[in-house]
Amino acid sequence: MPERRKVVIIGSGPAGLTAALYSARAQLEPLVYEGEPSSTSDQPGGQLMLTTDVENYPGFVDGVMGPDLMGMMRAQAQRFDAELRTEKVSRIEVSPWPFEVWVGDPNADEPTALADTLIIATGARSLMLGIPNEERLLGYGVSTCATCDGFFFRDHHIAVVGGGDSAAEEALFLSRFGSKVTLIHRRDDLRASKIMQDRVRANSKIEFKWNSTVIDIDGDTKVSGLRLRDTVTGEESELDATGLFVAIGHEPNTALLKGQLELDGMGYVRTFDDTTRTSVDGVFACGDVQDHYYRQAITSAGSGCMASIDAERWLEARGE
Amino acid sequence: MSEKIETLTDATFDENVKGSDVPVLVDFWAEWCGPCKMIAPVLEEIAEEQAGKVRIAKLNIDDNLDVTRRFDVMSIPTLILFKDGEPAARLIGAKPKAALLEEISAYL
Repeated sequence: MPERRKVVIIGSGPAGLTAALYSARAQLEPLVYEGEPSSTSDQPGGQLMLTTDVENYPGFVDGVMGPDLMGMMRAQAQRFDAELRTEKVSRIEVSPWPFEVWVGDPNADEPTALADTLIIATGARSLMLGIPNEERLLGYGVSTCATCDGFFFRDHHIAVVGGGDSAAEEALFLSRFGSKVTLIHRRDDLRASKIMQDRVRANSKIEFKWNSTVIDIDGDTKVSGLRLRDTVTGEESELDATGLFVAIGHEPNTALLKGQLELDGMGYVRTFDDTTRTSVDGVFACGDVQDHYYRQAITSAGSGCMASIDAERWLEARGE
Repeated sequence: MSEKIETLTDATFDENVKGSDVPVLVDFWAEWCGPCKMIAPVLEEIAEEQAGKVRIAKLNIDDNLDVTRRFDVMSIPTLILFKDGEPAARLIGAKPKAALLEEISAYL
């Protein structure tokens, strides 16, 4: 028989772990499927596991390392007996109630767990460029994790693709290592926040390649150069970079949710009436999987708290 | 850390890996790498479960640049499985336990 739980949480970034902390303190004995190790931002701990200094999480005067912050959130949830499993959910069914959750074989006759309430906190993943040779050279000059791999690019010419805060942050971080960093952006202006823009522009190692996209990557065994196209003139050119870091944005992790929950026009989970309620009564969503606008650790954590309170009140109203 | 996991350095790498009777899975890692921390418990489990069939060793890239450069490691975590002293399989990035086992099982 599958085990039945009052609260099952899928995901373990700031949203999932805050929901776990609150529901554990409310004596709801939450079960958290935290995901499995990966380097593609659906890993336990979420996107902050791939960052270094977090300078804008309140309470940390001198900043905190992303993985350390997530380690603390995890330990705090466990302190109140939230149960964390390092497993990945393979399927959910939300038309029956209690809701059904599978781990492992999604076609198994019986689900792994039954959930009175389900909190979706699966987050978002980094987008890749989707160009030739990108996957082949991943780990050989192409990287999705500046903090993991910057070290290997000491005195290299490093290219960063993107124009938002993540791209600016990566460019700044990589400027500590590279001889030069070229920020490649498809428009002629950054959309990063003012403070990040100022820092990037003030950094003498960072140059800009405006109105450009990367169309191919050269290199047999490691990256030896990039092929760019001008988005205005269509003209092609070469860039002699030997490292390529991609920070062009995110997409929500919703593969599990297709056909189960209503998504908005951009593919994020729809929540209703300024709560974390979704299109299915008893299923709540928090964090980046339902937020394409703020996308901060603190807003994720805040919405995780909301999801826990929403779930608790929903259970109360049902007399559970 | 499990006592089943060995620690290698530039100085001890060759004698420990080249001369090994069983394959050695070397984890190139660093303190500041989040995904490296994620796979540490997975490697401990594998070390326990596959004892005698494979040795698991960690090499800190910050302190051991020679070996790191020799095998062209450019991303961490990178796991290289050495069989008869030669690299037989290379896994880049953190992966779930089942995926790790699947990739190395052919060589054990």
